[in-house]
This record gives sequence, structure tokens and C-alpha cells, in this order.
Amino acid sequence: MPRPSNEPRTALIQGNEACAEGALLAGCRFFAGYPITPSTEVAEVLAHRLPVFDGTFIQMEDEIASLGAVIGASLAGAKAMTATSGPGFSLMQEHIGFACMAEVPCVIVNVMRLGPSTGFPTAPSQGDVQQARWGTHGDHPIIALCPSTVGECLDLTVRAFNLAEKYRTPVILLMDEQLGHMRENIILPGPGGIEVLDRAKPQVPTEWYVPYEDTPAGVPAMGVFGEGQRFHVTGLMHDPHGYPTGREDEIVALTNRLFRKIFTRLEDIQTVDAYAVDDADVVVIAYGSVARTARHAVRLARKSGIKAGLLRLVTLWPFCRAAVENLLKTCDYLVVPELNKGQISREVKRVVQGQAQVRAVNKFSGRAIRPEEILAAIAECRS
Amino acid sequence: MTGERHLIYQYLRHDKKFPHVWCPGCGNGIVLGALIRAVHNSGLTKNQIVLVSGIGCAGRMTTYVDFNTLHTTHGRALTFATGIKLARPELHVIVVMGDGDATAIGGNHLIHAARRNVNMTALVINNHIYGMTGGQYSPTTPYGLRATTAPHGHIEHTFNISHLVDAAGASFVARGTVYHVNLLDRLVEKALFKKGFSLVEIMSSCPTHFNKLNQLGSAVDSMHWLKEHAVPVEKAKDMSREQVHGKFRVGVLADRDIADYQAEYEQVRTRAKDDRVYRPAPKEVSRILESYQTY
Repeated sequence: MPRPSNEPRTALIQGNEACAEGALLAGCRFFAGYPITPSTEVAEVLAHRLPVFDGTFIQMEDEIASLGAVIGASLAGAKAMTATSGPGFSLMQEHIGFACMAEVPCVIVNVMRLGPSTGFPTAPSQGDVQQARWGTHGDHPIIALCPSTVGECLDLTVRAFNLAEKYRTPVILLMDEQLGHMRENIILPGPGGIEVLDRAKPQVPTEWYVPYEDTPAGVPAMGVFGEGQRFHVTGLMHDPHGYPTGREDEIVALTNRLFRKIFTRLEDIQTVDAYAVDDADVVVIAYGSVARTARHAVRLARKSGIKAGLLRLVTLWPFCRAAVENLLKTCDYLVVPELNKGQISREVKRVVQGQAQVRAVNKFSGRAIRPEEILAAIAECRS
Repeated sequence: MTGERHLIYQYLRHDKKFPHVWCPGCGNGIVLGALIRAVHNSGLTKNQIVLVSGIGCAGRMTTYVDFNTLHTTHGRALTFATGIKLARPELHVIVVMGDGDATAIGGNHLIHAARRNVNMTALVINNHIYGMTGGQYSPTTPYGLRATTAPHGHIEHTFNISHLVDAAGASFVARGTVYHVNLLDRLVEKALFKKGFSLVEIMSSCPTHFNKLNQLGSAVDSMHWLKEHAVPVEKAKDMSREQVHGKFRVGVLADRDIADYQAEYEQVRTRAKDDRVYRPAPKEVSRILESYQTY
């Protein structure tokens, strides 16, 4: 485990460890979790390190409790996180909805493993992508980010905290077993070497404070329990003052604002990484550890004379519709490799609406996709 | 009465759209009154209090009172409260729950909160039924009675909430009723200042559902029942088995001095900052194992 330091330095660490380091750099001072393969190292590192920074680590009785404690800590002013995998992520859905509704910043790391149910705990998967979007009940926006390298596990953990704080929303970091347990040499930035955002605090006298004010940007300033505002937080439909409401106008205004605060700022939230797409006839759309394989497959395709490119989705939700639509100007074929039965390829098909041929490469055996499998799909597009 | 009014104006939310959701004869208002009086007498300010609730009739209490308030999910109030307390230890965290909330869907959280001994106070209002959803059986509905989901008679046995939490290791466990209001005020105040996890089980009634389903009469009849069946702990000590049969004890049931979670965690922080690895000596390991009592 790397020693704490104020200077940037290189370290050979796991994706899970990088995630924990990113959390500390982002200012995370509270972690509640429950042991589960393949995410456990995130908890272990933070159990070790958080008390050094006067932060708090607690192992709760289950994942529901873990996210409950995280939300409580966030309302008390701490940047807070939990980490889990599929079965635990299923349990957390109730509180992900609460955090969306009550607008409580928090980060939920899901190191995906093969499912459904107990599935195959030590095998990589990308089977929770749609669950991240729709797992909790009711209409709500969600932000989900997906790293491809160990370095990005750190960077995107910081970004997840930044987005959570900026938009007062839960942010999901979708890693996978392969990435969580892979070791790479990365540069650990020192404190100050990375942009860290904090939630906007109320600037008005406490008696003027409206906790769920319907502002144009849609993100109300967030008070802290104990600092004088004495506001009410509920998972019920509520009015701008936070009190339960059954009024149609107030319900519609709340739900619309929850969407507006995310969907009017897509340019800030959505990130893609395009590689060799400008002249490409075939573009591979991939994310997570699969995107590394896809990049290799694209290189192999280029070597064999096929104009292939890669659009790597860094933000998975809200879905990067504009970036995919942009590909349609030049390319006729899209290849979507995934470690599931086609959770993002259906999203791609929904966006392109027949304007390009979409070929899915799906693997759900607990094994990684090989470059040749993606290359074969690229070649098939051209034949 | 003037005093009461004064407290109402001081502690209830004026901008909240009253009336509240509770039925006539419900005990929840009495518990809220006891809570407000206990806080008032304690000298704590409203800013220092966080009131957390779950789902159900009791869960609505957070809406009405002018503290920092959090209305959480069903059964999980204690988990949110744990996060608040650990992130901001200077706050006094009070959690109000019903019997279904605390012991059915939240049963696991309840025993672990007691075992973990985080410094907070739980008030469990026990009316033996799910009121908000219309009279279904809860873990405290007595065997043989009726509920809408036990139309042919209830066949499960009850939790004794106070015993459960006592056995799970809480610092402080007390039982009161919505009839014995002065006692309730004192118990809540004691619980507020007890280090560690404190719980007050409050025997209440649900005239709307429980009484109606079981021909128990009005809210006033329930008050009479509570009056006649509660036995102070001190008095129960000198009573025979036959004499206490069919009654329940009220007062302080467990009061022990154990270091709370926060105090223990401070040690963790100190050790974490130390370069040495925490590794108790073999002798110390044996001593710890022997002090871990399994029977």
C-alpha cells in the first residue's frame, strides 16, 4: 500500500486501491460498506487510511445500511462513499433512490461481477449497466462513470465526487472485476494536484434558506445539519421547503427540476474518448476494461487496412447520445462489445434508429473478450 | 397550559401545513410532547438536535418539529442516524420509529445499532400494529389477535423490544407508556444524556385499527389498559411471578457504562496515525478471547 505523501509519485497499485486513493484526494472523509468480492480492497484501504485523516470508516450490517450511513454523513457535511458489487448494489437501490430524491451527494462504487444473483464473484462483467440506470424505482436521472485503466479509477473517483457535490446527486462509478484487481503503474497526484469541487453552501441568512428552491440551474445550495438552517429532508414528494406535498404542480416541478439540473449540463457531465474516429467506416463503441481490448482490436484493424475507430464511453449515464449521433455523419457500422447480453448496444440502437448497422459482441461467461473477437466483428461489417 | 403553548410555538414548525396526519387518540403526539419537553429541559438548542425517522405514522413526526429533521426509508432510520452522528459527533441524534419500522424491516439495523453502541437515542413507539397501511400485523402483534393480514387470528409470537435491545448490548434501555407522561419525560431525558445507544420503548395504542379490529374500545379505554397493566421496575422486583403475570415493566430496564463507538473510534484514529502495526501480544489475545463471553 502506498504511503501517504504530499508529492506526486508513481505507484504500482490495483484499480480498487486507486479508487480508494482517489476518494481520499477528493476529500472523502466517510466510508460505510460491507465486504463483497471483488470490491473489498476499497474498504480495506479506507479502513486503514481514513482514520489517519480524522475521517471515519465503518463496516455496516449490510449494503442497505451502508448507503444509509453514507447519506446521513453527507447530510452532516462529509463527503461520503461506499463500494460494493452486484448483490450489494441490488440492495442499495432503495437508498440510491432516496439520495436522488433528497439530493444528497454521495459516491457509489460498483465493481461489477458476473450475475445475476451470486453469479460468479471473481469473474468480470458489465452486467449492472442498466441496473445503474433503472435499478431504483421511479423516474430519476443518474450519473454513472466507467473507468478503463487503473489511473482512471483514481481520476474518475475524484470526478464522481466532484459531480456529486456540484449537482447534489448520487454518482455511480462502474468498475469491473478485471479492473479492480489489475495492477498498473500510475501517478498518484499529491493534494492540490487535482481539481476538487465542494457543494455550494447557503449564502443567505438561515431564516431565508429554502432547501429545495427551484432555481434556474436546478441545484439548490445545501445546508448542513447543525449549522442553523434546520431544514427537513424526506424521500416523499416535497415542496421547495422540503415538506411533503401531494400537490400536482409541486410534484411535477420537483421531478422536472431533478431532471433539469442534470440534462441541461450534459456538456459538463458527459465525457467520451474518441480514437481514430474521424475517417472511420467502422466505429467500436466500448467502455470499461473492454475498451482496452477494443483499442487493440482497432489498431489491428487499421493494420489490415480497415478504417476502424473507437468511441470509448467514460460517462455511461446520461447516455452520450450526441457523441454517438455525431459518428453517423461518417460511419455506417458500429460494433458494441460488452461483457453482458447487450445492455449498451440496445441503447446505441435506440439512438441510431437504423441509420447505422449495429453489431453487438457479447460475452457473459465470466471471461474477457479477446481482441480477435472484436476484430472479427469489425471485419464482418466490411464484408 | 400556558407553558405547553409556549413550547408548541417554540418547537413546532409554523410554516408546516398543519393539521398533522395522526388520528384522534393516537399516542404519537404525546411522545412528541415528551420529546420536546425533554429537549427543552436539557438545555440543548434546536440546532443541536437531529431528529431522524423511518416510515409509518411515527415517521411523520420529523415533519412537524423545528429541529434538523430527516425522514428516511422504512426501517433504516438508524443507519442514516449512524452516519450523521459519526460525521458530526457534536449533534444529538434522536431516532423515532414504530414497532413495524424498528423491529420488522429495521430489525437487523436495530440490533446492530445497539451492539455497535453509537451515541444516539432511539424512541420506539409500540402500538402493536401497522397503522399507516391500515392494520396489518407487526412483530409485536400478540398471538391470537386480529389484524387485516391475520383475519383468522395471528399465529406468530412477539418480540419483546426492550429485551431484544438489552440483549444486543445497548447502553440504556427503558420502557414507558403514553399514559405515564411524567415518567416518559424523565426516561427520554435520561436517554438523551446517556453515552452510547439508548432506547426507550413507548407502549402506545392504535384506536383506529388495533382497537377496532380487536374490540378494545376507544383511545380512553387504551389509556386505562396502559394504566392498569404497567408496573414500575422498582415495584416489580418485590412482586411474585403470579403478581406480574400479564403486566409489563416500566422504567429503566438496563443502564450500563460502556464506551460508545465514537470514543472507541478515537483510539482507532490514534493507532492509525502511529507507524506501528496494531498487533496485540499473544497473552493479550488470550485475555481478549477469554473475556468474550458466549454463555
